[in-house]
Amino acid sequence: MNVWIAIAATAVGCYAVKLAGLLVPAGALERPLVRRLAALLPVALLAALTAQQTFADGRALVLDARAAGVAAAAVALLLRAPFLLVVAAAVVVTAGVRAMGG
Amino acid sequence: MTERTALPEADTAEDKPDSAVVRDALGVGVAVGLSGFAFGVTSAGSGLTLAQTCALSLLVFTGASQFALVGALAAGGNPLTAAAGAFFLGVRNAFYGLRLSQLLALPRAVRPFAAQWVIDETTAVALAQPTRRAVRIGFTVTGLTLYLLWNATTLLGALGAEAIGDTDAWGLDAAGPAVFLALLAPMLTTATERAVAALAVLLGLGLLPVLPAGVPVLVAALAAPLVLWARGRRAEAAHQGGEGHEAPTGEERR
Repeated sequence: MNVWIAIAATAVGCYAVKLAGLLVPAGALERPLVRRLAALLPVALLAALTAQQTFADGRALVLDARAAGVAAAAVALLLRAPFLLVVAAAVVVTAGVRAMGG
Repeated sequence: MTERTALPEADTAEDKPDSAVVRDALGVGVAVGLSGFAFGVTSAGSGLTLAQTCALSLLVFTGASQFALVGALAAGGNPLTAAAGAFFLGVRNAFYGLRLSQLLALPRAVRPFAAQWVIDETTAVALAQPTRRAVRIGFTVTGLTLYLLWNATTLLGALGAEAIGDTDAWGLDAAGPAVFLALLAPMLTTATERAVAALAVLLGLGLLPVLPAGVPVLVAALAAPLVLWARGRRAEAAHQGGEGHEAPTGEERR
């Protein structure tokens, strides 16, 4: 039930902001500070999420096979690999390290 | 290291044929649409049911928020805290909508239907088009392709994960962070973005052991205003120093 509540809240919230962008008169959100903040907010969230989902095990920080996988994804990104290949690199390397007992 | 900037693309772009717009749109739509598979697998691996996983792709339809939500729920987060993190990630779509509404010039009655497709990829394709007709074709074809494929591959991924069983053994728990990293990387264009990312990582990891699940991500979001504020102050100080003023008293903050 809790999961459905979270899904409903996310769906309503995300649809509302999408629609707001199309309905709000241009200029209402065009202040430079607001635009700057809106551009930086995803940077902060994505960075924190990447770090947490790589190093968190519950509320503890751990260094396991995922770190190797995400490092492989970083290398793939530096080599300008396409999106799916980046994700595949992370999955394959993580599975490989785990198979070797990492 | 190919040099392509010398091409006078602006001239040829004026009469870009519809087929070229459709090709651009399909390229993005198919490539990203297929990654719904990664979401389906991650979501099912995080313990969500098939119906919950598919509902997220159908109703939320903005990838980063979906990954964030299932990650937060899997970590044992409170449903509303988890939803708040996903919501803040979705706020950027409002700013895409602002740009798109000027370019698409949609009738008001159509906007509620177009809204669900206002995401990173449709915006990127639409903004790259030279004419209103091309913008509309680009937005519609990207949106439709992505919506259909993203939902189909979500279903397949969730079914596949259920068939596999232990998704962690296959390394599929690394798909989520890899997706986030892939979304983040192109945003790290200047020192400001990198400073925000670094501070957010510190806050997100440092607060993990002391705050309830899901909350550290929300606190990490404060990295954005904090870095902006610090840079603003530094610019102000440099400005005053350059003019030979005396040390700022600190009372003059705007």
